[in-house]
Parts: sequence; C-alpha cells; structure tokens
Amino acid sequence: MALALQQLINGLTLGAVYGLIAIGYTMVYGIIGMINFAHGDIYMVSAFIAVSGFTLLAGLGVGSVPLALVTVLLVSVLFTSVYGWAVERTAYRPLRGSTRLAPLISAIGMSIFLQNMVQLTQGARVKPIPPMLTGGIDLFSSDGFTVRLAYSQILIVVVTVALMSGFTWLITKTSFGRQQRSCEQDRTMTALLGIDVDRTISLTFMLGAALAAVAGVMVTVYYGVVDFYIGFVAGIKAFTAAVLGGVGSLPGAMLGGLIIGLIEAFWSAYLAAEYKDVATFSILILVLMFRPSGLLGRPEVEKV
Amino acid sequence: MNKNILLAGFSLLAFVGGNAWAEHLVAIAGPMTGQYASAGDQIRKGAEMAIADINAKGGVLGQKLKLEVGDDACDPKQAVSVANTMVNKKIVFMHGHWCSSSTIPASDVYNESQIPMATVSTNPQVTERGLKNIFRIMGRDDQQGLVAGRYLADHFKDKKIAVVDDKSAYGKGLADEIAKAIEGKKVKLALRESITAGEKDYSGLVSKLKSAGVDVMAFGGYHTEVALILRQAQQAGLKLTVMGGDTMTNSELVTAAGANADNVLFTFAPDPRKNLDAVEVVKKFRDAKIEPEGYVMYAYAAMQLFAQAAEQGKSTKYNDLEKTMRGGSFSTVIGKLSFDAKGDNKLPGFMVYQWKGGQYDYVKN
Repeated sequence: MALALQQLINGLTLGAVYGLIAIGYTMVYGIIGMINFAHGDIYMVSAFIAVSGFTLLAGLGVGSVPLALVTVLLVSVLFTSVYGWAVERTAYRPLRGSTRLAPLISAIGMSIFLQNMVQLTQGARVKPIPPMLTGGIDLFSSDGFTVRLAYSQILIVVVTVALMSGFTWLITKTSFGRQQRSCEQDRTMTALLGIDVDRTISLTFMLGAALAAVAGVMVTVYYGVVDFYIGFVAGIKAFTAAVLGGVGSLPGAMLGGLIIGLIEAFWSAYLAAEYKDVATFSILILVLMFRPSGLLGRPEVEKV
Repeated sequence: MNKNILLAGFSLLAFVGGNAWAEHLVAIAGPMTGQYASAGDQIRKGAEMAIADINAKGGVLGQKLKLEVGDDACDPKQAVSVANTMVNKKIVFMHGHWCSSSTIPASDVYNESQIPMATVSTNPQVTERGLKNIFRIMGRDDQQGLVAGRYLADHFKDKKIAVVDDKSAYGKGLADEIAKAIEGKKVKLALRESITAGEKDYSGLVSKLKSAGVDVMAFGGYHTEVALILRQAQQAGLKLTVMGGDTMTNSELVTAAGANADNVLFTFAPDPRKNLDAVEVVKKFRDAKIEPEGYVMYAYAAMQLFAQAAEQGKSTKYNDLEKTMRGGSFSTVIGKLSFDAKGDNKLPGFMVYQWKGGQYDYVKN
C-alpha cells in the first residue's frame, strides 16, 4: 500500500512535467495543424538556461532558494519564449501555405539545429547543479517502507496546478484566448474579422515555449542534471501524451501526461521496469484503436 | 608550354602521393559526442599525447603517425559507418571502440579489411568470436564481475544486495557476471532489475529498492545513470551504496551526484597513474592540465602498443602486426602488455576502488 502511494506521488510528478510539455505540442497542432518536433528541444534549451541561471546566482552569492527559483523561472520563461518566437518566425512562417510536409521537415531540422547548437556551445558533457531542494516530508510508514513527499515534488505539482488554472483562464476568458480559438477554427475568417493571425500564432508558440520553460526549470531542480539530449526522450513522451489525450485538446494533453506518468511509475514499481515503455505505447495503441482522436479529442468534421 | 603544365601536374601528383606515404594513419573511435562524450574526450587526449610523443622521437619506422578520430556516439549503427570510413581512409591501426555494443559490430568490418585493433571494451563477446585482429588491453567483464561480486558477498553478506543493469551489451554482461559471482558465494540477491539508459526518472527503481530494503546496488552500466539514481535515492530518503564497473572512473559522476558519489565503489584495472614506469607521462599530462584518469592512459598505451609492435616486426602490414602483437610483450604506461590466443590481456587484474571527496583510490582492506 505504501509503495503504491509512493508511486502515485512519483507518477503524478512525472506526469505533470510531461503534461506541461505536451500542451506546447497540442496548442501548435490546434492552431496550425502541424507537429512542432522542435518543441522537445525548446524544453532542453530552457533547462540549460535554468542551469546557467542557477550557477550564475550561486556565483553572485544568492543563497535563498525561493529567490533563486523565482528569478530563474522568470528568466528562463522569458528567454525560452523568445526562442519559441524565433523558431516559428524562421522555420515555420515562411512555409505557411506550402504543403503540410514542408514545416514538418523544417521542424525536424530545427530540432537537430537546436541540439547541435547547445552541444557545440555548452559541450556534450552533462551539466549538473548541486542539490537545491533536498529534504521531504515523511507521510507515514507501513511494512518498513516510508512514504516520502519530496519538497521538489510539492513544488512541481503546485506550480503545475497554478499554471494550468491560469492557462485555462487565459484561453477561455480573455480576448487573446478568443482570438487563439478562432484561429484554430478558421484562419481565413479570423483574418477577415480583423485579427492579426500571424501575431496570434507567434504568441501561441511563445506560450507553448513558456510552459516548456517551466517544465525545464522544474526538471532541472528535480533531477539536477541536464544534457543536450534530454529534449528527445521528453519530447517523444510528451508528444505521446498529447496524442493520447487527443491532440488539439488542452485538458487532453494534461490528462495524457498524467496517464503516461502514472503508467510508467506503477509499471516500473510492480512489473519489469525494462518494459515500461512497451506498456506506455501499448496503451497508446489500444486507446487509438477505440478512440482514434484520443481520449478528449474531437474528431475533425469535414465541412461540406 | 603544354609540357610544362604536364610536368607540373606530375610533380604535384608525386608530391601528394609522397606525402600520403610518409605517414602512418592510426585511428581512435568512441563516443566523441552524446551522453558518454567525456569518455571519448579522455581517449582523444590520451591518443593525441601519445602520438605527439612518438613523433617527437622520430615516429615509427622512420615515418610520423597521424591521428584520425571517429565518433560513434556509442550507437552500433554509427559505429559500423565509422568503421567503413576508417577502412576507406586506409588506417593501419585502430584504438576503439569504447562501448562494447559499438566495438562488437565494428570489429567485423575491421576484421574483413584486416586492420588490427586494440580496445578497452570489456564484454566477453568482444574476443570470444574468434576474430584474429582484436586485442583487448583492458580486462573482461567476467573477471571484473567476479572481483565485484566476491567483494560484495564478503563485505555485505548481512546486507540486502540488488543487481541492476541498463540493458546495454556492457551493462547486462557485467551485471550478469556480478550476480553469478554473488550467488556463487551462497549469498541471496534481494532484487534483479533492468532500467533503460538515457532516461532521467528512475524513481520507480528507487521505490522498488526502498521497498525491498536494499542497502547495496551492484550496477552494470554507465556513470550518468548512477548519478541520477543516487540523487533520486537521496531525495527518497534511501541510503544506497553502489558497486559499479570500470565506467565509474569518470569524474563526471562526482559533478552530477555531488557528495553522493562517496557511496560509489567500483572495479577498475590497477590505477595506471600509480605505475612507476608511467611517472614521466603522468607528469606530462598534468603539466598540460589534463588529469590522466579513466581511459586517458589506456589510449596512450594503445598507441605505444602499435608503435612497439611495428618496430619489433619492422612492418605495419596486418599479418606482421597481428603476429607481433600476439606473440610479443610490450612495455606501456599501463604496464607490460601481452595477449593470449583470443586476444585478451594476459595480466589484467581488477581492483576495488572508492570515490572520496572527488578522488578515487583503492578501497581500504
């Protein structure tokens, strides 16, 4: 029982991170109908910004953990949004209106470019930061197993919940949210109504990148090491989460992330950990067989 | 006029041709990029220094050595393509690859093209396939696993021991040998697990270890995963000692795991930095601001092996090199090297080491 609860905590933490990245995939797909394969690498860039930030602050003698966290979070979100904007501006906007495959290929190219750029400028070695939030709360113990809620896990879950509430409000209640949703439905009509479609798309990319940046900072604090390759695995998992939840659906992306996090956590605790990816992707296949548009996705209706 | 151009063309050709013949192309291959890039970096530094030293003494058979560097990123497919590239460049000797899973497929290519190779890969299969061109200057996982397993069984027999691997050719091979050695001493394993290398989240494994009450984890795999597991164990409130293999010599383990690295024991060949014949070379490396840790001295030794074998046999042809390497004895910075019929190092020997405050040393007792 204690083990199950521990894995529930671990799974939710992992799932929250996947969900945050998955939203970036799902939003971009929703608005321009392409999979932004460079998104995982945007997340990786944000983790590197976080490591530089933490190192710099430590060098300046900032000892307070909350202060360092907030500063790094803001800085990373800011810079990563700029990256998101630049990627859209250089790799995708010139290709808008061309075939569907062209931006897909340029996304893959962008992903390789970002990976190599970080590898060349930052080196291929893993970049560690010293443990920051080490302690945790021991909840209870049974059969000699103590369930522990690490402070960093609390941080991840709290930040994710706060961010998701804010984000839902932004999309459903604000005028930017309305513009964003109307671009999703019909870009031409939206433009006719006097809304700057290009600007809305740029902002969507920046928002996606900002959420990935938060995930990047959280992961840096939680695991303590980053390398130029982390975007790949995280990107694949988050993309899977987006597809599982229904690509294009924001709650779906979060749900998909949580489900994948939980499957991984429980599978690796009770069954052979080496097969946990097999389990994750089997469940993805099963879901897609019965619900081809994902758990919360709506099937595309062909308008006649 | 025309004649002159023709003449110039010929002399240019002769010049280019002559230049190509004046050098022996030797190569290294390993993970120059990717998550194990720091090992590739060690190999490159060792080989570069060795070649500079050999060339300073007049080269081999009167000709200089020139280094080619191949990057396989520890990916078996890339390793084969690196091997083909190297064959096309007509190298006469290869030091590599590093990951056993790269060395095994690449060695077939070198074997077909008759290029001798010296490797530090420890998986038994590297030399068990009857290839004549492979020489292993490191020990084997079955020897390494035996040393690690026996040490654990002797020193931790009242504790709970888990054996974990990362599913790689190297990791699984080593973990299987450690498990066999522990069970051979009639000590029961508390857990036998595998993980996927390259991930960041090992909390599932940590919970499993914790609920099984494991005190010591023997790990077959690379230092990057060990660092993550140790950090996550600390976060989960689990005090864990790790026993690893030769890959734990990497100081990246300390940067990534912090003070947790002091809980890492590992097996490695006797420290070449303590070899009395290597004092000068060690000093040279340190003067150049390179710490000759891990595989640095092995790469140096591999180049020495080639140079001495070529000098002894008076040839860099495959058949001569192969015969001299198999029959001869070579004094290198990692000690005397000689090989058995399979190409394994005759005197490997493994010691148990421990990290302490950012340095590793033989474990006391």
